[in-house]
Amino acid sequence: MKKIVIMGCGRVGAKLAQLLDADGHQVTVLDINDYSFRRLLPPEFKGTALLGDGTDEGVLRQAGIEEADTFVAITQGDNRNIMAAQIAKHVFKVPKVVLRIYDPARRELYSKLGLEAFSPTTIFAQMLKEKIEG
Amino acid sequence: MYIIVVGGGKVGYYLTKALLDEGHEALVLEKNPDRVDVICNELGSVCLRGDGCEPAVLEGAGVGRADMLIAVTGDDEDNLVSCQVAKHMFNVPRTIARISNPRNETIFKKLGIDNTISSTRVILEYIQEEVPTHPLTHLLSIRDSGLEIVGVKIPPDSVIVGRAVKDIPLPPGSVLSLIIGKDRAPHVPTASTIIQAEDQIIAVTPPESEGALQAALRGA
Repeated sequence: MKKIVIMGCGRVGAKLAQLLDADGHQVTVLDINDYSFRRLLPPEFKGTALLGDGTDEGVLRQAGIEEADTFVAITQGDNRNIMAAQIAKHVFKVPKVVLRIYDPARRELYSKLGLEAFSPTTIFAQMLKEKIEG
Repeated sequence: MYIIVVGGGKVGYYLTKALLDEGHEALVLEKNPDRVDVICNELGSVCLRGDGCEPAVLEGAGVGRADMLIAVTGDDEDNLVSCQVAKHMFNVPRTIARISNPRNETIFKKLGIDNTISSTRVILEYIQEEVPTHPLTHLLSIRDSGLEIVGVKIPPDSVIVGRAVKDIPLPPGSVLSLIIGKDRAPHVPTASTIIQAEDQIIAVTPPESEGALQAALRGA
């Protein structure tokens, strides 16, 4: 069982939270809009939903970042994800930090700087290309 | 110097204006086309439309030869990323980020930003300088007795620092009921208790003696 903090409760964040929760992990989901939490339907989801900005050190503490094994930054904003992920990694020393960066150029930079970043733009474009070219 | 300013809001606008007046070469990057028009109309062609966090936009702005990048958008995370992209991808020698959340000051330093400017911090410091200590604060009214419980922090330059409680000329009806020292431990004062700088004193007083009490404790 891992303690996992997810920042961003959009479609992907909520789906990820549910999958991890179903596997028995202890999940806390952060979002700045409580309407987003509608995606986490009880009784299936047994984790915690916390209203707050994950780029704020105090909010991260509240979410239990100090004991977390994993931090995932998956809001709509690349820069918010980048900032929160860096705080998690460099300030709170979370062992595993992963994040989404839409902009491929910024993904490349921050991968070089040691963040485990994924760009759905690149991944999806590549996938479509392979489908099309067969 | 060639200075790139990210964010063409009020801060970005006046900063750029001042930099130009001082003879620097300055360029503003701004996402909002209306702001771009305003700035170009008023300052000349010194504003480029684009997101100052995107490497391609920075490259188009000639970031490679910039001596400094100053990120002054209203969002801390955007300012952080803009500075980091400039620093790590384009080796800009000096980066400055404006921040709103004072907590980010230490975080940004850890993340390699050379300088941060926090308007929140500047205003706070100004207030703390102007008002060296918190004035008397009302904590509670004791119902029916007509008395108040107030807190007063003892400034280091107060005349009562080093004096015993019995030697403080308290106004009639006022009693010092608790002293919280710098170690945050509460002590019930006796007549011989010596007042230290930064002590927090909790006192009971009739409202009409408040001013006199404050004067007696803070040495005003």
